Parts: sequence; C-alpha cells; structure tokens
Amino acid sequence: MNETIRKKRIMRRIKIWTSVIIIAVIYIWAFSGMPAMEFKPSAVQAIKAIFSGLIHPDWDYFYDPEGEDLLRTLLETLYIAVLGTFISSILCVPFAFWAARNMNKYQFVSSIGKFVLSAIRVFPELILALLFIAAVGTGPFAGILALGFHSIGMLGKLFGESIEDMDFSSSEALKSCGANKIQTLWFAIVPQVMPSFVSFTLYRFELSVRAATILGIVGAGGIGAPLIFALQGHKWDRVGMILIGIIVMVTIIDYISATIRKRIV
Amino acid sequence: MDALKKRRLSLMKRLVTLILIIIILWASSAGSEVSISSLIDGLPGMGSLFLEMLPPDWSYFSYVTDPMLETIRMAIIGTTYGAIIAIPFALLSSRNVVKWPVIYYPFRFVMNLIRTIPELLLAALFVPVLGIGDNAGIMALSVFSFGVIAKLAYEAVEAIDNGPLEAMTAVGANKIQWIFYGVVPQVIASFVSYTLYCFEINVRAAAILGYVGAGGIGLYLNNTLKLFQYQRVSTIIIYTLIVVVIIDMISNKCREKLI
Repeated sequence: MNETIRKKRIMRRIKIWTSVIIIAVIYIWAFSGMPAMEFKPSAVQAIKAIFSGLIHPDWDYFYDPEGEDLLRTLLETLYIAVLGTFISSILCVPFAFWAARNMNKYQFVSSIGKFVLSAIRVFPELILALLFIAAVGTGPFAGILALGFHSIGMLGKLFGESIEDMDFSSSEALKSCGANKIQTLWFAIVPQVMPSFVSFTLYRFELSVRAATILGIVGAGGIGAPLIFALQGHKWDRVGMILIGIIVMVTIIDYISATIRKRIV
Repeated sequence: MDALKKRRLSLMKRLVTLILIIIILWASSAGSEVSISSLIDGLPGMGSLFLEMLPPDWSYFSYVTDPMLETIRMAIIGTTYGAIIAIPFALLSSRNVVKWPVIYYPFRFVMNLIRTIPELLLAALFVPVLGIGDNAGIMALSVFSFGVIAKLAYEAVEAIDNGPLEAMTAVGANKIQWIFYGVVPQVIASFVSYTLYCFEINVRAAAILGYVGAGGIGLYLNNTLKLFQYQRVSTIIIYTLIVVVIIDMISNKCREKLI
C-alpha cells in the first residue's frame, strides 16, 4: 500500500520536473535568439507623433463630400463583414452536417469533415484575400469572398458541435405522429439549433469586422488601405482619425451584437 | 384571444427582423460592387494561379525554416509578455478583488479599447516606432495577447468561489496573502489554459505579421508574392499550415490536461 503511494508520488514529481525542464528549454531557446530591444531616438519621436495624432485627429478626413473619407471606407468595411458573414453562414450548413458525429453513419466521415473545417480555419484571411484578388481583382468583393471562405471553418465547427448536442426526442415524437422529413426538420430541428446558430453568426460577425479592417492592406477594400497609406506617408493626424474611427465602430458593433446575443440565448 | 394577439405580435416581430436583414444585405451588396459574373469570369484566373503554385518548391523548405522558427519565437515571447502584463490588470478589473468601481471600470475600459484593434494594425503601428523587424511583431503580439488574456482572466477571477476568501478574511489575512492563497490557486489553471489558447492565435497571427514589416515568415511571403514565385508561396503556406496544426495539437493536449 505504502509502496504504491510512494511510487505514485515519485512519478508525479518526475512528471512535474520534466515539464518544468521542457518549458525552461523552450524559453531559453526563445529568448536567446531575440534581438535586443533598443529604443532609437526616432522611436520616441514616432510615439509622440502617434499620440499627438490621436489627440489632434484630422477631422477634415471624417467626411469629405467628394472622394474618399473615413465614413465611406468604414461603411465599406462593414459591408465586407456583413456579406462575408452572410455567405459563410449559408455555406457552413452542409459542412456542419458533414462534421457532426450524429449525422453520419460512419465515424470517419465526420472526422474527415472536421479535418476539412480545421484546414479551412488555418488559412489566414489575408492570404485568401490575395488569392481572390487574383480572381476578381482588387476591391471589396475580394475581401467579401476571403472572409466568407475563412469564416466557414469556424462557423461550421461551432454549428456542427451544436448539432451534436441536439436532443432528438422532439423529432422522434413528430415522426411517430406521422410528420414527413421537411416537417420534422422545420418544427423539431430548426427551432432547436436556431438560437445558437444566430448567436454564433453574430459572434463571427464581430470577428469579421475586425478582420475586415486589415484586408485593405493587400487591396481587398475597406479601411485598411487608407490606413497603410497614411502610415507610410507619416500623416499621423490621419492615422489617429482612422484609429479612432475603427475603435468606435468596433465598440459599437460589439455592443449591439452582445445585446442581441444576450436576448437570444 | 390573448394567445392570438401574442402570436400575431411575434409574427410581426419576425417579419420586421427579416425585412431589416434583407435591407442590410441589399445595402451592403449595393455598396461594395458585388458581382457574381466577375466571380465566374475570374475563377479560371484563380485556377491558373493554383496551378502555378503546384508543385511546391520543396527545396525552399530548408531555406524558410529559420524564419519559421523566428515566427514561433515571436509568438512565444509576445504571449509571455502579454500574459505577465495581464495579471495585474485582470486582478485590478475584477469586481470581487477590488471593491471600488472607480478602479475596476477604468481598467476594463483600457482592456476593451485595446481589444478593438486587430494585431496586424498594432504591428503596422509598431513598425514605425521600433523599426522593421521582430521587435515590432513581439510588441504587437504582446499588446494583443494582453487584451485577450486579461479579459478572459478577469472573468475567471470574478467567477471564483467566495468561500475560501471569506474564510481567509475571517482569520485576518492581509490583501496580498488573500490574493496569493485565495484567488491565485483557483484561477491558475484557467489562466494557463487561456495563455495557451492565446499562443495558438498568436502563432497564426505571427505568420502574417511580416507582411507589414514586423518580422517572421510573413516577410518572405510578401517578397515571394511580389516576385511572382508562386511555387515558393505555396511552400510557405504549406509549412505554416503544418506548424500551426502541430502547435494546435500540442496546446490542445496541454489544455485538456489542465482542466
């Protein structure tokens, strides 16, 4: 009795120490290769310039009757996020059923589905945007397609999991009363998964808004392009204005979406 | 009668929601030059791009191993810095550790503000400050992971069991003892798990940060794309996918063990 307890304790100690050593080795490797962090005098100047830009933003850029302005590009960013989320929320449905364990007869079918979804998820939006630009040219449409494709991975996974958690008693009850397939789908399955589906879609929309703000860096529309130009041209007041615009927009969207999600669930 | 009214009301609500969604979708597609025909026209172009990417340039693998390791290194250091800064912020913005709203609301406000900025934008901001290279990427990842970890951690702190805390107050523990022996043991597992989760996100992010000049493999991605070396581009993409999948797997295993 005592012997087994002592053995267990020793084993635990060995486990703890090996993990400590592994973590230590990883950290030594990581920090040994790090370039020294040095502050050049230009860094202080740049920080000062950024902050003064944030305090005195370029209000002329906010609304310009002709040409590009903050409002228009922010709206374009929102369009990209809305349509990208919409596309993926439709396209993810078959993937979700493919990946759900209880919807397939064989385990390996759903495993393949899950793998496909995670492969889609791993592809960064920015690279997808570059690929779609090759197809449809620069502009917001490429961004929409990139976001729409990328979001399938996450929405399909979340939605598939909610299908797996589904309770089948109500659909069986309907079936035993003589309901056909479409009726069972409409009255038993849809009402059950709809709230979580809408909530996941809204959550993905929040993430898509953030992602859409950077797609412009590669030319896929939205606020990213003017931001990069302003940064490269050292127009700090304009950078400040754009940053404030992004922060305000994301905050408002997050707030609205969180309120709706709270009411749904 | 009442039931009928209720039913009609809920039907109206649904109709209004549906119309609202349709209006939003219509306005967005009108404002963003969506055209299915250009997609159909462009698909062959995309297909030929794919064909140009094949086969991947296998010899390039060994060449980009160093920048790949650099990317992972950036993610490790960035996550660590972020996690360390997140600890005091998470404690100071929890309602049950700091009793005064005057303190915890401002801290939460700062966290929410930081979380609105995507990591690539942070990197674009840090590049002019710290110069082109790893440091800008590390700082961007630190700030970003600080936002994520601090938010998740303060929610975990607020959800802890109050019993041990009250017991400790009753026997006269001071504030630091209270935090160390009452709060920390309860949240440490979830804190480490959130840090690992953030590390997964950061590896993905670090792979593209180089696109704006913040170090890592993204720089090579940008260069090869500009030179139209698509076979090398596909090598980099495949390499990134492999690394991300392996790291996700390891991190998931660790997180499962923790909780």
